[in-house]
Amino acid sequence: MSKVLVIAEHLGGKLNASTHKTVSAAQALKPDAIDVAVLAADPATVAADAARIAGVARVLAVAHPANAQAIAQVLGPQVAKLASGYTHVFLPSTTFGKDLAPVVAALLGVAQVSDLMAVEGTHTFQRPIYAGNAIITVEAPAGQTVVATVRTASWPEAATGGDAPVESTSIEAELPTHTRFVGLAAGKSDRPDLQSAKRVVSGGRGVGSEENFRIIYQFADKLGAAVGASRAAVDAGYVPNELQVGQTGKIIAPELYVAIGISGAIQHLTGIKDAGTIVAINKDAEAPIFEVADIGLVGDLFKLLPELEAAL
Amino acid sequence: MKILVGYKRVVDFNVRIQVKPDGSGVVTDGVKLSPNPFDEIALEEALRLREKGIAEEVIVAAIAPADAQAHLRNGLAMGANRAIHVVADGPVQPLTAARALLKLVEKEQPGIVLLGKQAIDDDANQTGQMLAALWDRPQATFASEVVIDGQTARVTREVDAGLETIEVDLPAVITTDLRLNEPRFIKLPDIMKAKSKPLETLPLADLGVESGDTLKTTAYAPPAKRGKGVMVKDAAELVAALKQKGLL
Ligand SMILES: Cc1cc2nc3c(=O)[nH]c(=O)nc-3n(C[C@H](O)[C@H](O)[C@H](O)COP(=O)(O)OP(=O)(O)OC[C@H]3O[C@@H](n4cnc5c(N)ncnc54)[C@H](O)[C@@H]3O)c2cc1C
Ligand SMILES: Nc1ncnc2c1ncn2[C@@H]1O[C@H](COP(=O)(O)O)[C@@H](O)[C@H]1O
Repeated sequence: MSKVLVIAEHLGGKLNASTHKTVSAAQALKPDAIDVAVLAADPATVAADAARIAGVARVLAVAHPANAQAIAQVLGPQVAKLASGYTHVFLPSTTFGKDLAPVVAALLGVAQVSDLMAVEGTHTFQRPIYAGNAIITVEAPAGQTVVATVRTASWPEAATGGDAPVESTSIEAELPTHTRFVGLAAGKSDRPDLQSAKRVVSGGRGVGSEENFRIIYQFADKLGAAVGASRAAVDAGYVPNELQVGQTGKIIAPELYVAIGISGAIQHLTGIKDAGTIVAINKDAEAPIFEVADIGLVGDLFKLLPELEAAL
Repeated sequence: MKILVGYKRVVDFNVRIQVKPDGSGVVTDGVKLSPNPFDEIALEEALRLREKGIAEEVIVAAIAPADAQAHLRNGLAMGANRAIHVVADGPVQPLTAARALLKLVEKEQPGIVLLGKQAIDDDANQTGQMLAALWDRPQATFASEVVIDGQTARVTREVDAGLETIEVDLPAVITTDLRLNEPRFIKLPDIMKAKSKPLETLPLADLGVESGDTLKTTAYAPPAKRGKGVMVKDAAELVAALKQKGLL
C-alpha cells in the first residue's frame, strides 16, 4: 500500500503549479494517501493553497526561519525525517526539485528516479535518457522508499477543490549554516509563465540580437504567449537564462509552440516534444525543426512576423 | 587548495542515439565517446581557478571501464595535474558514483569538488547533490558564476525563476551549468605532455563502497513519434491552419 509525500514548491508565498503536476503523478500510483509538505519560514498561505489540491489527504506545514529560502542542504534533512512512514517521496523536476531530491535520496541511502514521465506500477516507472532519445522503464527496489522527481511536462495539473487538513509539524533535525542565500535576480514579466503557459513563442539565433528579440516579444504578446528561447539565443545574450527551453533548460508542454529562427537541435527538441502543435518558421527549408513541426513555414522571420501580426 | 573534477565519459552530444530494435538497450557500438560537456566546463573552471592562484592542483576523476584511459589523458591534456581512474565493469548509477567520489574526497581533501550538473547519457542530475549530502558539505548546483573569496564561494545559480546567488563555506560541491565558461581547446603539445602526467588506477571494488545501483532498467523504447506535419506557403496560410486546429 502506497503513501506518498509530495514536497511543495513555492516562491514568494505562492504555490508553484509544478506541485499540482507532481500530485497528478502521485495519483497515478493509486496510493492510500497523498500528503503534501510545505517547508517555509511562514507556510500558512502556501499550505492553505496546497490543501485545496484535490486528492490531498493532509498538508504538513513545517515552519522554520531557516526555511525562508529553498536551500537543499537545509531542507534535505527535514524532508528525510518527514519521509519515514511514506513509500514514495515525490518532487517536481524543476530546479527546486532537482536540487533537493538527490539530497533526500542520499540521506535515505536510496537511488532516485529522475524525470518520472509515466507510472507502470508502484515501483515501475518510465523516464527519458539521452535527451529524450530513449525512454526506459526502471524498477525501483520494493523494500525502499522511492525518491523521484516528476517531469512536469508529462502530467496535467491536479484539480483544485479539495479541503485537506493542515497540520503544523516541527522536525528535530540539525540544520547547517554553511550555505547562505544572497539574492535572487528574477526576470520580471507580465507575460505568462513559460513553464505553464498554453502558448509559447520562442526565438533562436536566427533572431540575431537582443534588440531584434523585440519582435518575438511583440508577436508573443499578440498571441498572449510566454516567450522562450534556444540555448544559442541565451548564450548570445539576446534573452536571460530562464527563457531557455530544452534538455538543460525548461521542458514544456504548451498547446501551441512557435519556434522562430531555431534550427531544431535534439537538445532543443527534447524540451518541446510534448507540445500540442509545433509551428516552425525558418529560412532554411532543410532545418531539422521541420521534421517535428506540425506546421512549417519557410521564409525570413523579419518579413513573415509583421505579416503574421497583421493577419491575426 | 586542491580541486577535484568529475570527468565522466559519455556518448558525444552530436550522436543521435538509437534504441536497439529488440528494446534491450541503445546502440553504442562504434559510437563516438566524449567527456560530458558539463564536466569539460567543470574542468575549465578548475583550471581558471588554478591560473588565478586560488588552487594549486586540479585532479580529474572518472568512474569508468578499463578502456577509458585515453579519456582521462584527455583531461590531463586539457590541463589537469593528475587523474584518478576508478575502474568499474560498466556504468554506475549516481548513488554509487557519489559514494565512490566521497572516498576520493576523503583521500584527497579538496577545497572544491566541481561536477557537471548532469551527465548527458543518464540525464540524472543527481551525483553532485548526493555527494554533498553524504559529505555533509554545501552544494551550489547549476552554477553560472563562481567567485572564491578566502574560505567561501559566492555562486550564481541558474534557477527557473532567474539567477540566484548563494554563499557557501568551503569545502563545497559545485555543479556547472552551460554558461559558466567556454572550455578551451586542447593543443597538440599538451597531448604529448599529458602522457607523462600521473594517472592513478583504482578498482572500484577496492574503494569499499556499497553499490547504490538498485534501479533496474527493464525496457528501452524510442520516444513517441510526432505525426507528419504540413508546410504552408505564407503567413495567411499559417493563420488559416492555426484557425483550423482551433488554436486561434
Ligand atoms: C550539453 C548540451 C546541452 C544543450 N542544451 C540545450 C537546451 O537546453 N536548449 C537548446 O535550445 N539548446 C541546447 N543545446 C544547444 C543545441 O545543441 C543547439 O546548439 C542550439 O539549440 C541551437 O540554437 P538555435 O537553433 O537558436 O541556433 P542555430 O542552430 O544556429 O539555428 C539558427 C536558425 O535560424 C535560422 N535563421 C537565421 N536567420 C533567419 C531568418 N532571418 N529568418 C528565419 N530563420 C532564420 C537558420 O536557418 C537556423 O536554422 C545544448 C547543447 C549541448 C552540447
Ligand atoms: N562515472 C562517473 N565518473 C565521473 N564523474 C561522474 C560519474 N558519474 C557522474 N559523475 C559526475 O556527476 C555529474 C552529474 O552526473 P549525473 O548525476 O549522472 O547526471 C557529472 O557531470 C559528473 O561530473
